[in-house]
Amino acid sequence: MPEVLSAPLVVEFPFTRSLGPVQSAFLTGLRERTVLGVRTGAGLVLVPPVEYDPVTAEEIHDLVEVAATGTVTTWAWNPTPRRDQPLETPFAWVLVRLDGADTALLHVLDAPGPEAVRTGMRVRVRWAATRAGAITDIACFEPYESEPGEPAPHDGEFADPVTGIVTPARLDYTYSPGRAQSAYLEALAGRRVVGERCPSCRKVYVPPRGACPTCGVATDERVEVGPCGTVTTFCVVNIKAKNLDIEVPYVYAHIALDGADLALHARIGGIPYDQVRMGLRVEPVWTEGSRHPDHYRPTGEPDADYDAYKELV
Amino acid sequence: MRDVAIVAFAQTDHLRRTDELSEVEMLMPVLHEVLDATGLRTSDIGFTCSGSSDYLAGRAFSFTMALDGVGAHPPISESHVEMDGAWALYEAWVKIQTGEADTALVYAYGKSSPGQVRDVLTRQLDPYYTAPLWPDSVALAALQAQALIDAGDTDEDALTAIAARSRAAASDNPHAQLSGDVPAGDYLVRPLRTGDCPPIGDGAAAVILAAGDTARALCERPAWIRGIDHRIEAHGLGVRELTDSPSTRLAAERAGVFERPVDTAELHAPFSSQEVVLRKALGLDGRVRVNPSGGALAANPLMAAGLIRLGEAAARIHRGESDRALAHATSGPCLQQNLVAVLEGESTHA
Repeated sequence: MPEVLSAPLVVEFPFTRSLGPVQSAFLTGLRERTVLGVRTGAGLVLVPPVEYDPVTAEEIHDLVEVAATGTVTTWAWNPTPRRDQPLETPFAWVLVRLDGADTALLHVLDAPGPEAVRTGMRVRVRWAATRAGAITDIACFEPYESEPGEPAPHDGEFADPVTGIVTPARLDYTYSPGRAQSAYLEALAGRRVVGERCPSCRKVYVPPRGACPTCGVATDERVEVGPCGTVTTFCVVNIKAKNLDIEVPYVYAHIALDGADLALHARIGGIPYDQVRMGLRVEPVWTEGSRHPDHYRPTGEPDADYDAYKELV
Repeated sequence: MRDVAIVAFAQTDHLRRTDELSEVEMLMPVLHEVLDATGLRTSDIGFTCSGSSDYLAGRAFSFTMALDGVGAHPPISESHVEMDGAWALYEAWVKIQTGEADTALVYAYGKSSPGQVRDVLTRQLDPYYTAPLWPDSVALAALQAQALIDAGDTDEDALTAIAARSRAAASDNPHAQLSGDVPAGDYLVRPLRTGDCPPIGDGAAAVILAAGDTARALCERPAWIRGIDHRIEAHGLGVRELTDSPSTRLAAERAGVFERPVDTAELHAPFSSQEVVLRKALGLDGRVRVNPSGGALAANPLMAAGLIRLGEAAARIHRGESDRALAHATSGPCLQQNLVAVLEGESTHA
């Protein structure tokens, strides 16, 4: 069995989100070192605030200002901070009920060690040096003895309110394509294309995924297909893709490689775009160092009979 | 209501990594196993429903590839939930209740090995106030554990005992990833030690549901679903009472758990502390055998672990080792969403 391939795979996206009036007021408030909550119909103050009462589902927008001091309601000591967490040194995760609030806010507490943390301890917000209107404008909490205060009304009005946030996210994976696709990729490195034959219906699938989608059984008989094939269908691409150095218009086609029962897709070159047709016989063109055919070009053979490929259109 | 039963269950051996297998390659053996157990073929199945998550694979629409293992051509009636397969089972149960299908194939799979599962799970959190802090799954469970300790509901020794009991039970489960003696270990996020946390691994499971006489024809002792319900709680952790699980209790009530005693409970408690919460919510006492399979502390293939609880409970009924079993599945941080089902063998249905 060939070695199973693996490669790093990074999924990264900066998610842009718009804010409703309550979230906007809360995050703008953090930028201005002001913590806002929202009062429910039953008189409870929720911090962080939400736009709908979690009990009644009523829309709520009665904003109040609460203190930047509060009480830890539960905690957990994190000896090994992970990437993107708020502090790089060991810290406590905490739920903090800010003075004047009836619910708790999740954040982190900067403390020298777990022995310095307990449920019920008094803490205050440590503001980030630069603030942009995000939950991370609270750098962390820190121990701080003080007397609890009461919430005060707040109109939620600020100059230049924050109306949206961008939340970057990155996840790192090591991708392994499994046995069947590893074999396909390794064959490509030798400029060969392999598929797998279903033991039941005898069809050859390419690229192989280890299963026959018709019969739902494992496929493991490796079959070399191509290198030539037949265009089964195609389209003319008229819009130039970003970072793609191919002049438009060009043709993108489904190609049934000889011996395969499933068409692959690839670009057609070496022929004017308006002369590509169903049944055109093509062969792969490899470029130096590539791990995949760059495109397919006409072989010069007569066109294939429609009956020869109609099952693959 | 139609009588609907779980008539077959299969699961993979759960392993730390399965690099040599694509998802469909991992899944296919369990699909074949449940089909073979019933003698059904793909073309006989009325409805197919699956549970998985793209975030585990890091690829969009990864579940569509897994369909190759079902044999989805010619076309089949199929659906997918982006969560644990227990909820796929619920959807399939509803489909059978509508009368549109008499049988259903439900499967679920998850490969956690390609990514950092603690980070991956942060992406299910509220994106405005919580996810930007990257609180990982262990950290959130640890906050709940400390709340339980503060409330006097448990202590660290009791949590260690839960983990030890689970992994000892898993010695009888050839599919488990961890079994036998496992040291309590170091703190991962205090108060949770490595022994209190589930193993990270890859695995898959499948069940077949059938209605009425079809179920009786396919299985000697079908595991009848006498009730099934699922409930969710507020998203904000600071709004919830973390030491309790009112959603589990309500789902159990609606599923009929409290009408008569159960003899077995398969609880989806990935963290030892969560078993404390669930036992309280469900009113389970020492007479109920909890997680004879070892539970999620012995094997926790994400997106399949909840379906496995239903499958394990059903399998005990199939084997005559249980007459009335409770199965529970959870989703979200700190037991946010919970599904409860009651399964019974024929003899207790009169």
